[in-house]
Amino acid sequence: MKKEDYLDLYRQMVLIRRVEEQAAILYQEGKVGGFLHLYIGQEAVSTGLVAARLPQDRFITAYRDHGLALNVGLTANQVLAELLGKATGMSKGKGGSMHMASVEHNFWGGHAIVGAHLPIAAGLALGDQYAGRDGVTVCMFGDGATNIGYFHEAVNLSKVWKLPVLWVCENNQYGMGTTIDRASAVSEIRQKAEGYLIPNSRVDGMDVLAVKDAAAEALAYVRAGNGPYFLEAITYRFQGHSMGDPERYRKPEEIKKWQENDPIGIFRKAITAGKKATAKELDAIDAAVIEEVAAAVKFAEESPNPAPEALFTDIYVEAA
Amino acid sequence: MAAITVRQAISDALREEMERDENVFILGEEVGVWGGTYAVTRGFHDQFGDKRIKDTPIAEAAIIGAAIGAALTGLRPIAEMMTINFAFSAFDHIVNEAPKLHYMFGGQFRVPMVIRAVGGGGRQLGATHSQTPDVIFAHFPGLKVVAPATPADSKGLLKTAIRSDDPVLFIEHSTLYQWRGEVPDGEHLVEIGVSKVQRPGKHVTLVTYSKMLQLSMEAADQLAKEGIEVEIVDLRSLRPLDMGPVLESFKKTNRCVIVEEGWRSFGVGAEVAARLYEEAFDYIDAPIKRVAQKEVPLPYNRELEQMALPQVKDIIAAVKEVL
Ligand SMILES: Cc1ncc(C[n+]2csc(CCOP(=O)(O)OP(=O)(O)O)c2C)c(N)n1
Ligand SMILES: [Mg+2]
Repeated sequence: MKKEDYLDLYRQMVLIRRVEEQAAILYQEGKVGGFLHLYIGQEAVSTGLVAARLPQDRFITAYRDHGLALNVGLTANQVLAELLGKATGMSKGKGGSMHMASVEHNFWGGHAIVGAHLPIAAGLALGDQYAGRDGVTVCMFGDGATNIGYFHEAVNLSKVWKLPVLWVCENNQYGMGTTIDRASAVSEIRQKAEGYLIPNSRVDGMDVLAVKDAAAEALAYVRAGNGPYFLEAITYRFQGHSMGDPERYRKPEEIKKWQENDPIGIFRKAITAGKKATAKELDAIDAAVIEEVAAAVKFAEESPNPAPEALFTDIYVEAA
Repeated sequence: MAAITVRQAISDALREEMERDENVFILGEEVGVWGGTYAVTRGFHDQFGDKRIKDTPIAEAAIIGAAIGAALTGLRPIAEMMTINFAFSAFDHIVNEAPKLHYMFGGQFRVPMVIRAVGGGGRQLGATHSQTPDVIFAHFPGLKVVAPATPADSKGLLKTAIRSDDPVLFIEHSTLYQWRGEVPDGEHLVEIGVSKVQRPGKHVTLVTYSKMLQLSMEAADQLAKEGIEVEIVDLRSLRPLDMGPVLESFKKTNRCVIVEEGWRSFGVGAEVAARLYEEAFDYIDAPIKRVAQKEVPLPYNRELEQMALPQVKDIIAAVKEVL
């Protein structure tokens, strides 16, 4: 990896963090409505995965999607505008926090029904297999999502049809307030792949370089026509499930322990210790991101609401 | 009589029935340790323990399916769908298993269970999380579908639902939990499948249920200032549908507006209007009007979402049109 690559990954993670901090403030001000699921703490997972992708690789995820949206190249302007329901959001203000997508960036969405996007991911992969393209579909989902039937149907199908999918479970220890041991028959989520004879592994989801390397290897395996691969990234969300979560199900000490493992802090240390860049250079990125995000908040606030007519557009595809 | 919220009324009904009958138990996502995502079962896990307050994996089909099986053995499960939008993930079990078993096996099986599900729009939750799909479920004979609005009806109908020997879908509305109203002290039961006049009037019959009762009451207050007296019939149950009070009112007013939150096509309004044509044709003095949601998936943007949902002003306009 070149110096610029280190700086770029660092910048992406800091950008996600700052955008989401602003999103939380905007939510508290009543400007963001609905649910707001923050990705804070999990930034290394999507950042590492996207760093390993080729442009033809598709991404799809659940509702905790702001991080991935920024990684694939959507701007802070677009993300914050969507959160404010503005016409300048990538989903024109109709989707909100849980429904970000960009076909241009091969990002097939945030999806809000738990597990429902896994069969869709199988279909995306089928499309590429059918057409003889070498793209891999990277499908991200939570630990909780592996308990719903959709997961098992999709994962099984991917093996039976040898679909080019990389299944990535973001194991952040909880599905809302439910720990894995209270909801899953197996304690390591990757074990579920065993039942479908899909090769699998675990990676430290707080270490962006480890995620990137694991993803690169897995993508190469899938791209070579071997069928699906299953990667489990161990991570943690520092914030509540959504805004307003009373968090009665976990102790502050536990959160604190994980926060000492901050993916941004870890990467920063790795960069400076490995002399890939100086602390000063990283500080400069920090400052630039703060400015960028402040400008994006302004952009989003000043952006227009969708026109009233927008209520009735995009229901069906317009006849050419 | 005490004035309590809908949330409290539902919570009281659950607790009273669980204390009364140890075969009653609750299963669902985040019903226990979390206390219910709408705080309806807060404190239940401490009071009743793991055996009777069962946190489940995210597995809607298993929640409903297991409830059906447990009900067959004589238990009285209350299965919670965190929101009604997730009931689609258990659609087969809700409409194709639970309502069929008693009939299909010649009356041998009983499925005494309640499915609690909260629905409704207006909270900027986007297209997949904001629906009011009540009528879809009301289409299936064998399933009872109840959707009360007031605290008293919420409590009384839920208690009756829990005691019912048939599967009952009990639909709550996410923006009604804070609504306050009087609930009779002591044992309070309300029969399933009985509509109720919630406000007497003589000029127009307004048929509605659930959240739209609240808006209809507000519209009626405003119309009263102009001397227009609206009679509001709250259906409370969609199946069985009690047309009695609707017909009685309509024969007096000869005019009817039906207000529902869900989409207009194939909706409650369509059903009630059709029955009025069938059963009270000679009494019709004006076209029957429907107020319903615009036929779009609900958008996230607040203004657009409100445009799509029925508003008090829409109800007032519809009433004036039929006068
Ligand atoms: C089918 C369905 N059931 C329930 C929900 C409500 N819900 C939203 S997120 C969530 C927890 C998901 O946990 P996990 O998959 O681990 O993802 P995380 O939130 O931890 O990222 C639940 C129960 C839903 N959106 N869809
Ligand atoms: Mg999780």
